[in-house]
Amino acid sequence: MAETHVQTVTWKVKDEEVVSPWREAWRALRKNKLAMVGLAIILFFVAVAVFAPMIAPYPYDEGELVMKNKPPSGEHWFGTDYNGRDVFSRVVYGARISLWVGTFSVIGSVVAGTILGLLAGFYGKWIDTLISRIFDIMLAFPSILLAIAIVAILGPSLQNALLAIAIINIPTFGRLVRSRVLSLKEEEFVMAARAIGMKDSRIIMQHILPNSLAPIIVTGTMGIATAIIEAAALGFLGLGAQPPEPEWGKMLSDSRQYIQKAPWTVIFPGLSIMLTVLGFNLIGDGLRDALDPRMKN
Amino acid sequence: MSDPVLQIENLQTHFFTDRGQIPAVDGVTITVNKGEVVGIVGESGCGKSVTSLSVMKLVPNPPGKIVGGTIKFKGEDLVTANEKRMRDIRGNEIAMIFQEPMTSLNPVFTIGNQIGEAIRLHTKASKKQSRDRAIDMLKKVGIPRAEAIVDEYPHQLSGGMRQRVMIAMAMACNPELLIADEPTTALDVTIQAQILDLMRQLNREAQTAILLITHDLGVVAEMCHRVVVMYAGNVIEEGDVRTILKKPKHPYTKGLLNSLPKLEESQERLYSIPGNVPIPGSLTVGCRFAPRCDQATDLCRSEMPQLKAVGDNHFSRCWLSE
Repeated sequence: MAETHVQTVTWKVKDEEVVSPWREAWRALRKNKLAMVGLAIILFFVAVAVFAPMIAPYPYDEGELVMKNKPPSGEHWFGTDYNGRDVFSRVVYGARISLWVGTFSVIGSVVAGTILGLLAGFYGKWIDTLISRIFDIMLAFPSILLAIAIVAILGPSLQNALLAIAIINIPTFGRLVRSRVLSLKEEEFVMAARAIGMKDSRIIMQHILPNSLAPIIVTGTMGIATAIIEAAALGFLGLGAQPPEPEWGKMLSDSRQYIQKAPWTVIFPGLSIMLTVLGFNLIGDGLRDALDPRMKN
Repeated sequence: MSDPVLQIENLQTHFFTDRGQIPAVDGVTITVNKGEVVGIVGESGCGKSVTSLSVMKLVPNPPGKIVGGTIKFKGEDLVTANEKRMRDIRGNEIAMIFQEPMTSLNPVFTIGNQIGEAIRLHTKASKKQSRDRAIDMLKKVGIPRAEAIVDEYPHQLSGGMRQRVMIAMAMACNPELLIADEPTTALDVTIQAQILDLMRQLNREAQTAILLITHDLGVVAEMCHRVVVMYAGNVIEEGDVRTILKKPKHPYTKGLLNSLPKLEESQERLYSIPGNVPIPGSLTVGCRFAPRCDQATDLCRSEMPQLKAVGDNHFSRCWLSE
């Protein structure tokens, strides 16, 4: 008997195949042309970084002084720098450093920020006060100043720059996750999970974290762009990569005395920074549109 | 009365806020017997939901806290039970369904995943077994194409379907008590009737006792064996459903019934009880309903009446019904 009147409510809007939310997001992302351009730029630089030894025609750390500050030519596509090193080869190897620093510093900030944010948001009380005040203190400093201080303590090197960038970005992700947790905690499905006897740790892993992933991914992608700029800034200040590492920011600062005589030594690393950052920002924007639940129909 | 599943006795759940200690539930006594459907009715803010959350010990703390009374589930006091024991009970022996089916399911997991989760928490069932059980439960609550729906996401289902899923989830471990906090309020009328049918069917077949919280007297008439009327944190009238609906004793219950539209008479204006529910915490001496009661006497305003038997299994908290 129950079967008969049940039939009336069982239609679905469309008989489409079942897709997971992630798949749906990918579909939306694929339709976004700008995001695809961003993705193409990033994939291009990733390929350059991976195949750097095959692409670069010259070693990045050796040059002939007689060839110094030569303009772009068939032999040296992007010209040579003040040490006679091939700028093209250096830019190609530089992609490795920038992507490495950008990606891993963000992974570090995301992991630490997410854990702290989950703890602060879910447990509240003094844990929240403690973590939030630490974030407030960190955010009270201009971030690059804080990074400089950290590098000054640890000593200038690429690894330490990466670490410093990871640390200064923790509050960004921590606050983001905390605010997500605070609103998710009040959701009925969390109450429903409690009502079926679920443990706190499981509620966090099953309900809170998966529902916070979308904004983490979006902010993380954008964060890579910021991290690359910050790494370049530290490199420019001589606090990041050390010579002869071909870090793009470092290349800018090394060549700035020759900016009028040999502008190509500045233009190409600068252009590379701009392009990768643009790529990450475009894809980040696209991801936000694709993952935003309010955009769903 | 035979075989009580749940005995709430003199329950006091207070909220500790900036404005002071607020007694949201102030000495409530309710008994639910095996296989019985008991309705709790009352206006918004009278403590219905807090009572039900207290049974599950899910009152948000802070600010809420059970400060007195006992809640006995099959003889075991839940107020003093530890969190681990409560987790065993929740979902397994006492299940709960909520008002908002649209938000009670996690949007990022499939239906089967979520029902299966409830099963795996309390049994040693494997993934495969719990999935099969989830499909069985979906069929039981009247969801066709259960094999397909089990792999779908909540946003692909309508509100009525989601409430069925919630019921399937709640019933998955054969609880002895189901607490339904306004399960049909967010649904439209035709779906409401189906959900109520379903709950009644489960009550009959599995002998699950149901504590139904609602402000809809129509739902009460349809579903309940016994009714508890609450006002400002107190039980003010209690009795079996026919008595309460046909021969209410308490002026508040009479007022509630009078404010229902009637089919047979044409009414110019719908009756409404004058005034509002007192702000919790601003409690005065005397009967809490006295300020809104058109029959209030000086005695009502100075002294709080007790819940007294006024008939067979019929109790009322009013000076006038003595």
